[in-house]
Amino acid sequence: MTIVYEKSKGLTDVPFHYCPGCTHGVIHKLVAETLVELGVLGEAIGVAPVGCSVLAYNYFNCDMQEAAHGRAPAVATGIKRALPDKVVFTYQGDGDLASIGSAEIVHAAHRAEKITTIFVNNAIYGMTGGQMAPTTLVGQKTTTSPLGRDEDLCGRPIRIAEMLATINGAKFVERVSVDTPANVRKAKKAIKRAFECQIKGEGFAIVEVLSSCPTNWGLTPVKALDWLRDNMIPYYPLGNFRDFEEGK
Amino acid sequence: MSKVLMKGNEAVGAAAIKAGCKYFFGYPITPSSEIPEYMSKALPEAGGVFLQAESEIAAINMVYGAGGAGARCMTASSSPGISLKQEGITYAAGAEIPCVIVNMMRGGPGLGSIQPGQADYFQSTRGGGNGDYRTLCYAPASIQEIVDLIIMGFDKADYYRNPVLICADGMIGQIMEAVEFKEPKKVDLPPKEWATTGTKEERKPNIINSLYLQAEALQIHNSNLEKKYKLMEENEVMYEAYGLEEAEVVLVAYGTTSRIVKTAMKQAEQKGIKVGIIRPITLWPFPYDVFNTIGNNAKGILTVEMSAGQMVDDVKIGIAGKLPVYFNGTQGGMVPTPASILADIEKIAGGTK
Repeated sequence: MTIVYEKSKGLTDVPFHYCPGCTHGVIHKLVAETLVELGVLGEAIGVAPVGCSVLAYNYFNCDMQEAAHGRAPAVATGIKRALPDKVVFTYQGDGDLASIGSAEIVHAAHRAEKITTIFVNNAIYGMTGGQMAPTTLVGQKTTTSPLGRDEDLCGRPIRIAEMLATINGAKFVERVSVDTPANVRKAKKAIKRAFECQIKGEGFAIVEVLSSCPTNWGLTPVKALDWLRDNMIPYYPLGNFRDFEEGK
Repeated sequence: MSKVLMKGNEAVGAAAIKAGCKYFFGYPITPSSEIPEYMSKALPEAGGVFLQAESEIAAINMVYGAGGAGARCMTASSSPGISLKQEGITYAAGAEIPCVIVNMMRGGPGLGSIQPGQADYFQSTRGGGNGDYRTLCYAPASIQEIVDLIIMGFDKADYYRNPVLICADGMIGQIMEAVEFKEPKKVDLPPKEWATTGTKEERKPNIINSLYLQAEALQIHNSNLEKKYKLMEENEVMYEAYGLEEAEVVLVAYGTTSRIVKTAMKQAEQKGIKVGIIRPITLWPFPYDVFNTIGNNAKGILTVEMSAGQMVDDVKIGIAGKLPVYFNGTQGGMVPTPASILADIEKIAGGTK
């Protein structure tokens, strides 16, 4: 019998704790497959964030460090400087990266730190129970924006990929989504390219992945993907913002 | 090796390199800025990496990453910068990451001053960050001692898998003294099999972590940490003490202040007052037991600090109510004078304090 699909050896056998319909599982799978396909699983050191993916260190089948809220890029910097031949990545959510850790991500990019960041944007704080994130859309209701995000009160949602693409040291920046099989395939390609950017020694690489949060959005898994497509993608356009081979 | 004249902050860097420190992550702050300045030149020459972080928070988290990857690494700062680093220090303690953190204390709270201070005693000896944890805390009183303690501190950090604090003050950082860099003693240390260096797909993943979602698991982790701290209390106490048996007055001071009280002690002895001295070298673990060796002539204890009297609590624990404990202190970067200490000694000896 031919095996047509099996779980990536880049993942451990531990069952995910994620809510039904959450796309973290898909994104974990893409990262794990990429590490295996590039032949770097044994060289990889990941940094897990605080938030829904806080337990990522239990799922990736490689060495992992847990970081304080937002500090993953600084922790990854320490690892990469100590072990420049290893493949170092951070896996961070939007509260972690776009809020408390905004300084760390900007300066890791600014230094052209040779690390890869997987940035999962679901427009809300998941683990802490559905509060407003810097990425929450205008009008979007959360437990700390019960009447919907008010632009006058808290500004417009921050576009991380666009912002980091203005920084010289960010050598690969792309925004993808995992709402459809076609987009999942594109996301895989971008993640692979982001790791290649590091392996080739080009500099900082980030993939922003638009992700769903059925639990805190109060939607079914399928409706959540529709909401992502209808509301997030228009504000957070998909596409490549920077590629290390530009201009070559 | 012959002695060289060196500024305290530069000696910190030279000592770390001598101890095998390969990575320094820091952010400038007065009065400790010569440490990153020295490292930016000397560390690359020694085959290491100096990186100026975007903040003290980033610097300590870089130390966490490099330390977790098995490297000998260090950061240094001064009081307000150390406050920012407390987040990383509690994480490093929780995840058992060896590293050395130098604090050239200045006046506080808040921005305070840039002159020497000792008011980070509580922060340094009681944790500083959240949770139940302890860090070895050394208080050098000379440039030679800071060099020796840093070299030893790296071994202690590796031995216990724990952050080590060097609590000096702006005076130690800024003065110049003759110093000798002895060849570090070889210490048998366990291999860092726990470090995240890549599995090579030959072993199970290593995880550096301080999260234990199950209450029982966290309790087990914390009681293991406590056992480690107990071992430190049993084996790592360091102090200098003399004249305790005959003393009428016992002075307790550390770091820069301990140098000043020695002048006052000599002046008191010229006036016929017998004075003993206890100088804690480890602020944690604190040398409580030495207080039991104070003789029957003692009328009181005088604690001298550049703070509002933070070490007084530990002195009271040490003496356990057997003698009155008095305090002489300065703040705001002021340094206690021998004259004011002498006046207190005379009052305690004469029974008028």
